[in-house]
Amino acid sequence: MPDPAIIFRRVGRRFGDIQAVRDLDLEIAAGSVAVLLGPNGAGKTTTVRLATGALQADDGDIRVLGMDPRVDGTDIRKASGVVPPKAAFYDRLSGQENLEFAADMWELGSEAPIAKAAERFGISHALDQEVGGYSTGMRTRLALARAILHDPTILLLDEPTAGLDPESARAVLDLIREMAGQGRTILMCTHLLHEAEGIADQVVLMNEGHAWVAGPPDHLADTYWTDTRVHFDAEDRSALAGLVDLDGVVSHSVNGHVTVELDHLDRLPDIVAHLVESGARLTRVEPVQPTLEELYFEMQRHRRRQVDLT
Amino acid sequence: MNWHRVWAVTRTDLRQLMKSRDYWMPMALLAVLFFVVVPIVALNVIAGAQDSNVVTQIGAVLETLPLTIQENIRGDTPEVRAAFAIAVYLLAPIAIVVPLTIAAAVGSNTIVGERERGTGEFLAHSPITEREIYAGKLLAALIPGYGATLAGFGVYSVLVNVIVGPQLGGWFFPTSGWWVLILWVVPPAIAIALSLIVRISARVQSAAAAQQAASLVSLPVIVVAYAVASGLVYDPARTGLITGLVAWIIAYVGLASGSRALRREILLGIGIKSAKRVTIPRN
Repeated sequence: MPDPAIIFRRVGRRFGDIQAVRDLDLEIAAGSVAVLLGPNGAGKTTTVRLATGALQADDGDIRVLGMDPRVDGTDIRKASGVVPPKAAFYDRLSGQENLEFAADMWELGSEAPIAKAAERFGISHALDQEVGGYSTGMRTRLALARAILHDPTILLLDEPTAGLDPESARAVLDLIREMAGQGRTILMCTHLLHEAEGIADQVVLMNEGHAWVAGPPDHLADTYWTDTRVHFDAEDRSALAGLVDLDGVVSHSVNGHVTVELDHLDRLPDIVAHLVESGARLTRVEPVQPTLEELYFEMQRHRRRQVDLT
Repeated sequence: MNWHRVWAVTRTDLRQLMKSRDYWMPMALLAVLFFVVVPIVALNVIAGAQDSNVVTQIGAVLETLPLTIQENIRGDTPEVRAAFAIAVYLLAPIAIVVPLTIAAAVGSNTIVGERERGTGEFLAHSPITEREIYAGKLLAALIPGYGATLAGFGVYSVLVNVIVGPQLGGWFFPTSGWWVLILWVVPPAIAIALSLIVRISARVQSAAAAQQAASLVSLPVIVVAYAVASGLVYDPARTGLITGLVAWIIAYVGLASGSRALRREILLGIGIKSAKRVTIPRN
């Protein structure tokens, strides 16, 4: 397991009467992709801001690449690329001038790979145009180009695909996959659950400024997913008619294939053995796996039950 | 302080200003009005007047001035003496009003503009320090303000010398009082106003509010500066140097205090009222 690139220990941050982040514990391994999931106001943006030192924590301890953002904020920001929720630019300036400004902030000099970054995100043709005339998708692409201009070690993306067309959204997700492949550490905030599907090494469920659940998606599914439905199909579907009478089958439905709900998944080997013995040639036996969205809502239900109990 | 980054902030703000014609055009018109139109009209009227009441009245006013000042007013006829007095003593303090107005207009939009656009978030996540941002923004407001002073000063000098100079036997302007004013007093006067205005820009919620507040702050500064400038052109040497020195000290204190007050949280549009500075010792 690589060393954590980002560590939060009991971090708190308050804005007036609002506790934006409280007792936040977070550990993101170097070279991994972590996705912060949660509704608006969950504290995701504040978490990103605390990580780069743009905001300072009231309580707790933060380490990013082994450094404290309150002391070494400049060094952390040099190593970080941020895609904020609103792709904001100096609208009267061209895309080229905006990227030059970013290059100046990171002291990249004349070697700044502006053309390469623009080409990477398909905005080379618009670099000379004023950003005020860019579409939302182009602005996000420019924000992505700006965020990777200095080849950051850590990439922080805050709702990067909000309001994007599918092509631009794919560009974001492709960037995440590409940078993850290069060993970069990536933290992405989103409330669009399907985005995290397939790219997250770790999912962190945030609510009311707190990380309620964290872990790899598979582990979370094993822990929180209580669905006992199984899809069956066979060469001759009539061979599955007897399923409804078997021990442990709670309910049964047919929708192209047969779906049964079991009282416990431990029943599945016996049921399969019975079907095979009775001559069914099975083509599909598939316990229902949760999508990240389903898992998210299941975890939310679990959290609410916990809150109710306490 | 990384001056490369400071200049990047300044250059970016100036580029935006240059491309915002609707923003700088009124300021340019103000400068043209005070440095070109008013002098041309006033000086032509006075210098060309023959036995008019205006000239008589100005002459009467000039005779009430201290003898040392009266000795400095050049010209053989009442018309020329009146034109000289207006050129040197009455219109000169405009050099203070115009740059302060321009600097206030630009300066009020600096920090709050970053917040309103959302570019403050980018700056907050970038390696630039708060002091560098402050210095960059300050320069971005100071350069057009002081630039207008120098350009206006140059144009004004040419105009008054062309209009009144032939009757005074040649080039008479700028006087020593003007040099002291422009080079020694105007820069810190702009800096004092900006130290207040940029701080306001960091504190208010919108650019409109910043401009309103900047007007409130800059107006008394303009009045004081105008009064000081008026006095300086009468007695430029010692008073000018002392006044400039005091202004530089006030400007330094104001700027140092202002740079400490700017925090990244303000760029994010949060903590404008409630944020507290958390300082921890370095290891």
